[in-house]
Formats: sequence, structure tokens, C-alpha cells
Amino acid sequence: MAQNVKTPIYLDNAATTRCDPRVVEAMLPYFTEEYGNPGSRNHRFGWASEAAVDTAREQIAALIGAQPKEIVFTSGSTEGNNLAIKGVAGMYAKAGTGQTARGHIITAMHEHKATLDPCKRLQKEGFDVTYLEPGADGIITAEMVRKAMREDTILVTIMWANNELGTINEVPEIGAVCREKSVIFHTDATQWVGKMPTDVERDNIDLMTFSGHKMYGPKGVGGIYVRRRRPRVRLVAQIEGGGQERGIRSGTLNVTGIVGLGKAAELCKQEMDSDQQRLLALRNRLETGLSEAMEHVHVNGHRERRLPNITNISFGFVEGEGLMMAIKDICCSSGSACTSASLEPSYVLKSLGIGDDLAHSSLRLSMGRWTTEAEIEFAIEKITWAVNHLRDLSPLYDMYKEGIDINAIEWQNH
Amino acid sequence: MAYSEKVIDHYERPRNVGSFGTTKDVKERKDVGVGIVGAPECGDVMQLQIKVDPKTGKIEDAKFKTFGCGSAIASSSLATEWLKGKTLEEGLGIKNTHLVEELSLPPVKIHCSVLAEDAIRTAITDYQKKNGLPVSEEAHHHH
Repeated sequence: MAQNVKTPIYLDNAATTRCDPRVVEAMLPYFTEEYGNPGSRNHRFGWASEAAVDTAREQIAALIGAQPKEIVFTSGSTEGNNLAIKGVAGMYAKAGTGQTARGHIITAMHEHKATLDPCKRLQKEGFDVTYLEPGADGIITAEMVRKAMREDTILVTIMWANNELGTINEVPEIGAVCREKSVIFHTDATQWVGKMPTDVERDNIDLMTFSGHKMYGPKGVGGIYVRRRRPRVRLVAQIEGGGQERGIRSGTLNVTGIVGLGKAAELCKQEMDSDQQRLLALRNRLETGLSEAMEHVHVNGHRERRLPNITNISFGFVEGEGLMMAIKDICCSSGSACTSASLEPSYVLKSLGIGDDLAHSSLRLSMGRWTTEAEIEFAIEKITWAVNHLRDLSPLYDMYKEGIDINAIEWQNH
Repeated sequence: MAYSEKVIDHYERPRNVGSFGTTKDVKERKDVGVGIVGAPECGDVMQLQIKVDPKTGKIEDAKFKTFGCGSAIASSSLATEWLKGKTLEEGLGIKNTHLVEELSLPPVKIHCSVLAEDAIRTAITDYQKKNGLPVSEEAHHHH
């Protein structure tokens, strides 16, 4: 086994990241010293907090090429997506509540549930939704969006990078199609922002969701970019109350979280290039190492159009959850949904047309700022050992070696 | 979700892994009964084989191979342990509830034990059919 590795090792950075200690340090004074409410306009505690929030707004705006006024703080990407999608639907509906034909929305089958579920709700409320089917490479192209456009389309919501695959959709191009048709374009950029260069002007974005804890910031804080000019995008608030964030998102601001998000954004901007190169090298080593050590190793999704830090790999004849149990020193995710009551494997992998058996056999390994080469070598050795061990236990592997076509067998489904 | 100690024990040291020959071999062997249940697209496939002593009518050996999660592997491993030394009728007496209890399986893993019970029944029925024996009543039972 590779030396100098402290276990367990964390390869689940697409689920969440370690908060950077520099972020924590920046946050600390706002718990116990500068604990004012930025809404308190008449004393110095309030002013100090407000100044800290303004700084964070600037730090985030700088990371994504926006104006500070275009940033609205939320509790994270689930709230951000809900606000963007329901907020646009409410504002730009073509017919009133209780009616049908209220407008058309375009999204994709393999979006995050935080996008799909708001879309499903809107369907019940009289909107039409098109769920684009990605290609076998997982990519949503501008052409797919263009073909789905209708006269009554009011919103396109397509994520920038997929959370399970790391695949990158054609975001600037989709944005251009939306511009041309005067349709609002929202992108869930939760996995993208902080890791990849972002410029809301160049990339034709009207609304963009992001989250603190995916970019080495704290959990429970995120934001949404809301374009203010050319065109000005308006949203119906989903949380009403004190009128904070220009009425778009009421509630006392999470000052400590916002300070942390701002600092995280600043660090991501500074370290993006070096992080990106390092992560890409680690991911390539991981994929090469595993593919060379074993047969039937499939990398899911487009080989090039992917984030540098995520890989989704299927190991034929081995079930994902069983595999995770064998590599318990490596913390990662599986596309197998054996843990859920449905027994359905990942809908994301299924949308790519990957067979259910390979979807059950997948691992998502995602690296981060502190992932080391030694950890990757450890992961390669450990996963190789575990896959070989489980193949020895697998009746499917025996059948394969005997030349039996597993797909030709009539399985008794449960 | 945390696994019980017994699941971990069977997962890490699975008992009676293997088979009594290739798929073709065991099909021809009269002293071996085979049960293959589940489906790859459901994430679980269990293969259970019993070897019966024709003189005593007792299961003298049992082997398994399983594609599935830790609970599925543990359920089939435990099933092979319990089957050894039993008559066919006694073998059919092993129910999924017994496996659930022994392995402390949580509700979301009960299907693993159901699959193991199915595998036992299928293997015993296979043996009975191969040898022209009447198929046990219970083997017809379906949950």
C-alpha cells in the first residue's frame, strides 16, 4: 500500500468540501465581536456587519464578472434554484394562477433534484416543461435547446456542470440561443463556480446559482446572480418578510456564512489556475491507474468536456454499494441506489443510456484542494484490490468468463 | 447507514464462496441444485448451489456467489452456513425473517434477505426436479 497516507481519505468533494481554514479565520470575528445585524442602520454594530456583507458581495462579483448589486444571498443552491425557477415562472407567467398554458420551461433529465422538483411543481401549476435528454456523453448542447424552443418559452434552466458526472454543458452557447430568442437563461453552477473561469457577461447568463460549501466555504450559504441590465431580470420572492436583499430574499443575513462565502470566492479566484491543473493531473492519474490495472473499467460521460475534479467510473460485474463497503477507507459516492428504497440506480446515469447494471457498478470520485498524489495512489491500489475481490465473489464475472452473454439471460426481476 | 457487526463479519470473511463447477457442469450434475435469483439491473444477483448426499438426503455442502451490496453478500453467506447439514425440508424452513433477525438488517435491506430465501428455494427445487423428486409444497409458495 502507498505510504504516508492518513485514512480515511476524502474523495467526495462534489458532495461537499472541507472549509478552508483561511475562510474559518475570516468568519470567526463575526460570531463574537462583530455580531451586528446588517439591517440595523443606526449603530456601529450594524454598520460593521453591513460593510462585511458588502465586501463579500464584491469578492463574489469579482469571481464571476458581475456587479455587486447583482448578487443575492441565499441558504445555498437548493434555495437558489427554487428562487430562480419559481421566481421567473411567477414573474413571467403568460396566464394567471389556476389557468393552463402559463408558459414553457426547458430543462434536462439529468439536472439536480433541486431543479427538477421545482419544475415538476410548476407543471402541476399550469406550466409546460421540456426535459431534454442528454447524449450518451451527458452533454446538453445549444442545438438541443434551440430545437426545444417554443413561442411561449419563458425560461431555460440548464446546469453548467453535472454533479454526478462532472460533464460540462454548452453554457455560453445555450445562453446565446436564449439571448437571440429573448428567453431568460438560468444555470445551476453549483459545481462550476469557484473551480472554473466564469464571466456572466461573456457567458450569456441571466441567473446563476452557486453554493459556499462546494468551493471550500461554509455550508448553509450560497447565492444567486440576478442580471440587472440587458435584460433586467425580475423574480417573485419565494421567502417574504423583512425585505432584505432588495425584497428578493427576506430574512436576516447570514453574516458569518456570507463573510465565509466571500473569502472562499476570493481564494478560489487566486488559486483557480493552479488548483485546476493539479486536479486534472490527479484525475487523469486516477483514471489511467484504474484502467490499466483492470479490465471493464468505464469512465462515464464525455471524456474531455468534464470538470477536472470529478470522475464517474463503472466497474463491470461489481455492485457499487458493495464496492464502497470494501473501500471504506475511501469516502466517495456510488450511482448504485441500493441504499434507497426504490432500488433504482442513478437517474443521471440512466439518462445517458448507460445500462442499469453499469449504473449500479459506478463510483463517483471527486477530488479537492487538499487531495494528494499519495492519496490517489492509495485509492488506485485499494479500489483495484476491492474490485478484484468482489469479482471473485460475482456470479456475473464467472458468467462473463465462461462466455455467457449476461444481457441475453432472462433475469427474474423483483 | 452503518452495517451491523454480523453483516460486516460475513462481508469481510464470506463463508463458502464458490461453485461446484461451471454453469454447464452444474447443470449436468444431479447431486447439485442451483438457484440464481435477482437481476443485474436491480443491483443484486445471487447464485446459490447445494450439494446433496443422495444416501442421506442431506445438504452436505453449499456455495454462493453474489453481485450486490454488503447485506446481499452477508445474507447469501449466512444462508450457505445454515444450509449445510440440513435436509431439503429443513432447508426450506429458512425464512427471510430469520436472516433479517440474525444479521439485524434494516428495513431498506430486507429485499436482500428475501432474495436469499428465493435462492434457497430455487436451488432446492432445482435439485428435486433434476432427481425426479416431488417438489416440496413450500417451494411453490410465493411471497
